[in-house]
Amino acid sequence: MQKGIVVDDVSMTYEGVAGRVEALRDISLCVAPGEFISFIGPSGCGKTTLMNIIAGFLEPTSGQVLIDDRRVMGPGPDRGVVFQQYAVFPWLTVRENVEFGLTLSANRKSASERKEIVDRLIDLVGLRDFQNAYPKELSGGMKQRVAIARAYAVDPEVLLMDEPFGALDAQTRQFMQEALLQILERERKTVVFITHGVEEAAFLSSRVVVMATRPGRIRKEIPIPLDYPRDPAIRRSPHFIEIRAEIERHVREEFEKQREGAL
Amino acid sequence: MMARREKGATTQAESELRNREKRRRERLQRLGYFCASFGIILAVWELSRAVHVVNPKLFPPILEVLQSGVRMLGDGSLQAHMSASFMRVLVGFFQGIVMAVVLGFLIGWFRVARMLLDPVINFFRALPPIALIPLMIIFFGIGETSKVVVLTYASFFPALVVIYQALVGLDPLYIRAARALGANNLEIFRKVILPQLVPHIITACRVSLGVCWATLVAAELIAAQKGIGAMMVDAQNFFQMAPLVLGIILIGAISLAMDGFVRWIERRVTGWQEKLA
Repeated sequence: MQKGIVVDDVSMTYEGVAGRVEALRDISLCVAPGEFISFIGPSGCGKTTLMNIIAGFLEPTSGQVLIDDRRVMGPGPDRGVVFQQYAVFPWLTVRENVEFGLTLSANRKSASERKEIVDRLIDLVGLRDFQNAYPKELSGGMKQRVAIARAYAVDPEVLLMDEPFGALDAQTRQFMQEALLQILERERKTVVFITHGVEEAAFLSSRVVVMATRPGRIRKEIPIPLDYPRDPAIRRSPHFIEIRAEIERHVREEFEKQREGAL
Repeated sequence: MMARREKGATTQAESELRNREKRRRERLQRLGYFCASFGIILAVWELSRAVHVVNPKLFPPILEVLQSGVRMLGDGSLQAHMSASFMRVLVGFFQGIVMAVVLGFLIGWFRVARMLLDPVINFFRALPPIALIPLMIIFFGIGETSKVVVLTYASFFPALVVIYQALVGLDPLYIRAARALGANNLEIFRKVILPQLVPHIITACRVSLGVCWATLVAAELIAAQKGIGAMMVDAQNFFQMAPLVLGIILIGAISLAMDGFVRWIERRVTGWQEKLA
């Protein structure tokens, strides 16, 4: 049995109003359990499409995705999703949001188990003081921490994060990156992370996948040889800057290619 | 970190207190303006009688209107008229709302139903309920049935449109998020769609109540023995100005009170919503 995520020769073609759009072509890769893999590339490289296929929101035109050898047929609680737009339920309090998945028949837990899990996760994301607040009272970073705790509650194998910090300001963004690593340090998950940020990808990931556009393909896989836990100060180390520059170079080349194509 | 949070907490408590004080003052101020604006109307009313801007015979003094109200309360006729009107509105309103919620879900959920019903709904929505009164009187006679049918109709269409448009406009993001957590269709409906619709259902109630009330008075003016509209027609026939004006005031006041009641409920159940102000 192959543990982790297997993306097996996935292609995706949309039939749009403007004709056929080939969003992904022949994507194959494996993600080992506990790995943190980032997808980076210019807009339109199909990275969000790929995440939606792994999440089960989209069905690929050909190929398949396996999680621990089981084929993905639709969304499910084995894959937690964190969206860029938070998607925290505004009509529920922080506590109720985190508890949401546990009240569903797919992963029903008793009241005392629920309380224990929710308490633990609210502490994990540091929102104890806000557990009874409604999302409208929270900042963007706090909302995203609620979303992470909510995804954690149903104990997924995999965490799929689609530009989760993309809507945050630069400071909050850095803080959230560090918070995410701390959370993962305490409760490890396999993470698939979609981002535009080179520095973000380098700081968080154990492996970075640079995507090419039109059709979306894997251009380059770059392992990040830095040990966890990672200290925030690592961002200033020469080794990190070197790694960052390499990712940057690949992303840049793709971007230029795309621009030439457009001209 | 800790110290910063502590400091933040005190300021938060203080600003909470200040906000409450400010809200209290604002409420008081609103009440003041409310009384003042009606006070001015009453003053202009009495003044224009006194200086004969209007014919005093056609415009009863405030006191006389109040007296007629007290007299009718005494012999029980005012209560009878009011409860007749109330019952019609309540029955018609509830029937209309329930039907609108059920059908609204069907239309919002099933594309075929929407495509099929959309043109018809727009036609009926554009048709004023009062236009149905003559037909309904022929169908059901001048008894309660014809009025309740017209009122059900009056509350049904505006509510239907509000509800199904709310459903169509729901953000699919929340449904995705719930699916990813393992929610099935029923759970999506109960725990994700319904809570988001509550504010819209309340809006639908507000709109429907307004339309219902307006339609009721028109229906009672045309054909009824009891009801505030009927009371006004009687007064008109006997040239009794006081009960006639009393009817107008009652209709306005009840309409205002009902809307206030629905808004009060709205504030209690939709506190989670982000307000633009």
